[in-house]
Amino acid sequence: MALANETMKMEAQNLTAFYGESPAIKEINLQFPERKVTAIIGPSGCGKSTLIRCLNRLHETTPKARVEGSVFLDGQDLYRIDATAVRRRVGMVFQKPNPFATMSIYNNVSAPLRFNGRPTRAETDAAVLRALKQAALWDEVRDRVDAAATSLSGGQQQRLCIARALAGNPEVLLMDEPCSALDPIATSKIEELIAQLKQSYTVIIVTHNMQQAARVADYTAFLYLGKMIEFGPTEDLFERPKEHLTESYITGRFG
Amino acid sequence: MTPGNPFPATVPPRPPRISKWGDRIYLALLLLATAGVVALMVALVAVLVNGSGLAFKAFGFSYIWGYYWNPENGVYGLGPAIQGTLITSAIALLIAVPLGLGAAIFLTQQAPAWLRAPVGQLIELLAAIPSIVYGFWGLIILVPIMAKVVEPRLIKYLGWTGLFNATPIGIDILTASLVLSVMVIPTVTAISRDSIAAVPRSQKEAALAIGATDWEVTRHAILPYARSGIVAGAVLGLGRALGETMAVLFVIGNHTVIVNSLLAQGQTIPSLIANVWFENNTTLERPALVYAALVLLVITLAINLGARLVLTRSQAGRGAAAE
Amino acid sequence: MKFDRAARRKVFSHSMTVLSGLAIVVILVPLVSVVYEVVLLGGPAINVDFFTQPIPSACNPAGGLPCHGGGGVIVPIEGTLQLIGLSSLFSVPVGIGAAIFAVEYGGERRLARVIGMVADVLSGVPSIVAGVFTWAVFVLYFPTIAFSTLDAALALSVLMVPIVTRTCEEALRTVPNSVREAAMALGISKWKMSLRITFVAALPGVITGILLAIARSSGEAAPLLIAGGFGCLHPLSQGVENQTCALPLWIYFGANNPYPNWITLAWGCALLLLLVILGLSLLSRFTLERMSRRMRGG
Repeated sequence: MALANETMKMEAQNLTAFYGESPAIKEINLQFPERKVTAIIGPSGCGKSTLIRCLNRLHETTPKARVEGSVFLDGQDLYRIDATAVRRRVGMVFQKPNPFATMSIYNNVSAPLRFNGRPTRAETDAAVLRALKQAALWDEVRDRVDAAATSLSGGQQQRLCIARALAGNPEVLLMDEPCSALDPIATSKIEELIAQLKQSYTVIIVTHNMQQAARVADYTAFLYLGKMIEFGPTEDLFERPKEHLTESYITGRFG
Repeated sequence: MTPGNPFPATVPPRPPRISKWGDRIYLALLLLATAGVVALMVALVAVLVNGSGLAFKAFGFSYIWGYYWNPENGVYGLGPAIQGTLITSAIALLIAVPLGLGAAIFLTQQAPAWLRAPVGQLIELLAAIPSIVYGFWGLIILVPIMAKVVEPRLIKYLGWTGLFNATPIGIDILTASLVLSVMVIPTVTAISRDSIAAVPRSQKEAALAIGATDWEVTRHAILPYARSGIVAGAVLGLGRALGETMAVLFVIGNHTVIVNSLLAQGQTIPSLIANVWFENNTTLERPALVYAALVLLVITLAINLGARLVLTRSQAGRGAAAE
Repeated sequence: MKFDRAARRKVFSHSMTVLSGLAIVVILVPLVSVVYEVVLLGGPAINVDFFTQPIPSACNPAGGLPCHGGGGVIVPIEGTLQLIGLSSLFSVPVGIGAAIFAVEYGGERRLARVIGMVADVLSGVPSIVAGVFTWAVFVLYFPTIAFSTLDAALALSVLMVPIVTRTCEEALRTVPNSVREAAMALGISKWKMSLRITFVAALPGVITGILLAIARSSGEAAPLLIAGGFGCLHPLSQGVENQTCALPLWIYFGANNPYPNWITLAWGCALLLLLVILGLSLLSRFTLERMSRRMRGG
């Protein structure tokens, strides 16, 4: 099994997350192989966004939200260390691009460096260049890095957010439906990008688009009503699903 | 390292220990500021209570309805000032609310579009004119008009009501009420206009669709919806009117007695404090004035709180009804 | 018969329209008169001397002291600037701090609403009461300077704090949560996120609130009268521990005296006050638009 040969970068153990009294995800056990793309799919309301927001401890910042269980990164329980430290190692890109509207492109990308440390000008220049290249945005903005971030198109803004997340040198990149607010061309640009990114980062992506999962992910997990139903190499999950529920979802009988 | 990979995996440098001191100091400063604001409210009442101590010992609560203000005899009573405050504020609102509401209705319903924005902004700017300017204008401009033109006619035609028995010198309760109303009108107009403008178009269109006239649309579809906002505006105007010093100070006459005529010279609580502050006739006088300030504070706070309660309850009611 | 009734309704509606139009005219008459008289009577007072000379000695043609121009209100102008500076110094950090605390640390909880309620209650405090309050505080702790610019400035701060708090709170709430989430997801510490990202995004609204608070307090006379004393007749403006002088205070004094040159200067002060407040209101609106546009990337 391909899974057995992988090193696991992140692992969720008995993860349960609540909004108030009701659990959005229940006792999830899931592993995320290093430097591979893992997709989380499922119908609306199945808890996939909640799950991914537990991986960088963003879920608990919602009022009345609570988490039980553990999330391990390289064997270390992220729920036992400082949350801010966790978020510097696990980056996130959101569904709707959210660049800092008051900052330029350069200042957006360099934000994690400037706010979390005291880099020299040379260090930020190098980091911004690297991040913009990794996000496949450099060529489009090379001569206007001081322009307002909001002057970019939607797809460009999302790649800007990716660059910003990468500039902080995270070990894992979480992507919460990164393409749902974008047009098909912008979407395919980002999907190409993901294929490149996995050479350096572990990528976990939530998507409601099964075809997208089939295109970009090495491994896929299927969630339904807060529980994990099936997890395995993408090809296996889509062509030879083990669970009846998985098969129903994939063949479009619901969701 | 995979071959052909232009971006070798970077090993993240050991991140510096994240210090919590920034967060802690920030929170401490914010708590300090917040505590300051809350403490301010408490201190207001506490300090005023403390400052009025001597007067309270001498008169107790009967100071509030005390009929006489006679520094010569050392007798102090707030009754006349309270009467003046109530009369001037009541008249001011009686004039300001209908006029302000009418103007707001005209602005939002009838006025042509090009007129709305400039007149609306004009009214907002007028609401920012300081009250001392109104008071000054009242003294120099309005008083002569009242004395020579308006009041003689009031005595002649409305003297039978018994409200106008006094020599018309222009400096009296009536003039003070008028200056106060002029001052309060922009506030009432602006808030009414905002409340009416907030009524969704669908309400107006529904009424028009069943053949209502313009006035009927206003009366039945718009005003009920905007009612809580309009009332809030009126109460805000009332709060301002009660606490106003400069608008009435020059034109009310500085005569601390119970009045029986609108053309008599009178006093309001704020004008009493301002007029008598430096007289120092007896050692009880300043504490009595601080006592007066405390009473004024309690009255305005009570009205403020009451208005807010009514507002939240009416909004909650409307929310429930909408479901 | 039905026709009759419909016609009656129409007539009634038209007459209400006329009445409400009349309302606008009626309210504009005195308001325009105020502005008109201020410009008419204050205009002649404005000259170079107005801005550079101290208050002249009173002239009284009826009493044998002939009037010959000259004199100005530089002392009240400096006093107003001192008062604005001091009261802003006290009220702006306090108001902003309370607002940030309410929004960033109180969020939707009761705490935030309580702070907002306190601010609303404070905004109903009459200005003369604020003056009596700070005078009483000074009498308790600093009796020698109970009538001073410092005292009056504190009274003005009491009036400004609720304005600053409320407008800052509203401005912070208009910053979308996506900004805060983006900052959190980057592992930026809470205080930096709150101050350097969220607060900066809310800056246009905050500045507007401060300008509005300044506009309001620059025109207040009652607290100055009660807590500030009267120091307008000095040739030079004094230190802040001395009795105060300011534009509204000179208007008050001029109105209470029969001397023509003092009265003319008072009208000049009224005109200057109106211009200052008008300027501040326009500036705050302009700042809001311009800074917002720049931030939205226009």
